[in-house]
Amino acid sequence: MNGVHDMGGMDGFGKVEPEPNEPVFHHDWEGRVMAMMRAMGAAGAFNIDTMRYHFEILPPNFYLACTYYQKWFHGLEDMLIDKGFISASDVSAGHSESPPKPLRRGKFTLNDIERIMVRGTFGREPSAPARFKPGDRVRARNMHPATHTRLPRYVRGHVGVVERNLGCNVFPDSAAMDAGENPQWLYTVVFDGVELWGPDSDPTVKVSIDAFEPYLELVPPI
Amino acid sequence: MTEHHQHHHDHSELSETELRVRALETILTEKGYVEPAALDAIVQAYETKIGPHNGARVVAKAWCDPAFKQLLLEDASKAVGTLGHVSRVGDHLVAVENTPQRHNMVVCTLCSCYPWEMLGLPPVWYKAAPYRSRAVKDPRGVLADFGVTLPKETEIRVWDSTAETRFLVLPMRPQGTDGWSEQKLAELVTRDSMIGTGFPKTPGAA
Repeated sequence: MNGVHDMGGMDGFGKVEPEPNEPVFHHDWEGRVMAMMRAMGAAGAFNIDTMRYHFEILPPNFYLACTYYQKWFHGLEDMLIDKGFISASDVSAGHSESPPKPLRRGKFTLNDIERIMVRGTFGREPSAPARFKPGDRVRARNMHPATHTRLPRYVRGHVGVVERNLGCNVFPDSAAMDAGENPQWLYTVVFDGVELWGPDSDPTVKVSIDAFEPYLELVPPI
Repeated sequence: MTEHHQHHHDHSELSETELRVRALETILTEKGYVEPAALDAIVQAYETKIGPHNGARVVAKAWCDPAFKQLLLEDASKAVGTLGHVSRVGDHLVAVENTPQRHNMVVCTLCSCYPWEMLGLPPVWYKAAPYRSRAVKDPRGVLADFGVTLPKETEIRVWDSTAETRFLVLPMRPQGTDGWSEQKLAELVTRDSMIGTGFPKTPGAA
């Protein structure tokens, strides 16, 4: 979706302000939100793409006003209501008022900690050979799905070069919408800064994205 | 938006958030979805075990061991997997090498993807709009915000983390560190140098 989360190339947000000796969490509740998100994801309540989608559909003014963990909290609460794991009346009561819904991998307990310390694996068996190879010129499609996608707006319509084949991976556009993993080939595609930002931009800049095959079309050699 | 601004605006909202977070944890616990002790353990792991020291050990080893460095650049997941002592990175880690000709910088414009297993949880600035919006369009301007200047002719490669691939920048080894142990070198490796928004510390400043 063309949401406010898709920030690449936007102006006006000001300077980057690093915080010296920044703590891991600025408030205890931030750690609790992070832990609840990880635990419920590991228990099988949702996948990582669905999680990202629920941040993206927060209203844009609210998204921009929220701190990172506030987005996580509201995204988590909304998502758990949408998926039927909690109800709006649970939330307004502040405790459980309805029976639980079974979790795919069951309750998350201390014994499951090790599982979330290992990063997930997103590679899958391909159903067709890769269409592109390193060195191919490709155009990022001019596409504007109203649902989740990982093709940022700032590359759409622009031509880049395939640098690396990253294998066949879970396709976020499908997985986020609970439409299955629909695995797709994934490539690192490099764009010249001048191609993206125009002739007056810094000629030393190159930007790459990791692009799924359905995001790309072949550009015939010149 | 600065940190201070956020804190002022959010003062009442923050305490409300805190209450709502507590309520959600109560609900999830009462429903039997999570064990509070497991949540404690997750928080503790990110506060104590998983941080930039993991990535720093990988970088220091690459500086000392050419075979490891080669494997790291070819297949970073495999290379880090051989170390055992750092947290498990899965299959999707890519290491990118800084050279005198090319400087690498990592961002996630769409959310805040970050190599948690190597660097811990991302700092606020990495997740905030100024960095996410400008890193791909004006990386030199962003570097200036960090007090970092590169030679005019150096190529800047920005890696936008749009899929599950996670990127670790392998910074250049500081001069004057010949014969240093991996452990001593690791102390020079900063978090920002592995994101590409800074350099390792120099021997005199360490």
